[in-house]
Amino acid sequence: MSDPDITLYRLQACPFCERVVRVLDEYDLDYRSRFIEPMHGDRDVVKRLTGKRTVPAIVDESTGITMSESANIVTYLDRTYGPESEGPSEEAS
Amino acid sequence: MDLPFEVVDLPPADPPDVGEQAPDFERPLVGREYWEDTSLSELTEEGPVVLVFHSMDGAFPATYVWNEVRDRRWLDSDDYELVGLSISTPYEHKDLLESRGVDARLFSDPANGVAEKYGIVNDLDGMHGVSEPRPAVFALDEERVVQYAWVAGEWPEFPDYDEVGEALDDL
Repeated sequence: MSDPDITLYRLQACPFCERVVRVLDEYDLDYRSRFIEPMHGDRDVVKRLTGKRTVPAIVDESTGITMSESANIVTYLDRTYGPESEGPSEEAS
Repeated sequence: MDLPFEVVDLPPADPPDVGEQAPDFERPLVGREYWEDTSLSELTEEGPVVLVFHSMDGAFPATYVWNEVRDRRWLDSDDYELVGLSISTPYEHKDLLESRGVDARLFSDPANGVAEKYGIVNDLDGMHGVSEPRPAVFALDEERVVQYAWVAGEWPEFPDYDEVGEALDDL
């Protein structure tokens, strides 16, 4: 199994996370899910990545992007992978 | 343990033997910071793996096993990775890692499908509808070939830790 480029840090049943999942699925993107703690104080992994303890947070290795806030992530996914986009590889070339 | 009565014998198990390839599986693997679907073969690709099946988190056999693993420093080796597996949820695994003070990773298998694959199901008397793996230890090489296997034959029974330690030294 090859590692997907996209890693989603999520909290079980968090609606903001599900919102991002819906978009990932809509664009048929391969991603891995890492589930984190409900307790804010225990969310060191996302804090290290994004500087905040909020989820969802996403890391996309194909573009080098790390971000949190579901609205930002959805906008990013739309722009990068949506029907209007040219995709990350074309952008890079 | 020396008890003045017969301990309950478990029915025969059908685990993979030494020299056989252990079944692969994929389950959430829980570490201190997050959990993520992971397959056993992903772990063995990195090196030998010691797979420890134990009772549900909170049961005293789980506590004893992890204390022993911690105190024998089996989590500090670069030659293999020791991982646990129980039917407990990721949230309970998080608590176990914290309460035992161990930096390990544990597979979560509430439906007990892995124990079925490994032929080591333990149907729990007095807990209707609940089954878990019987306590077991499998040391696997990079191809998931069993190098050492121990499966509990009594309830309760603990591994011979010195024997396990010798097997781990050979990995």
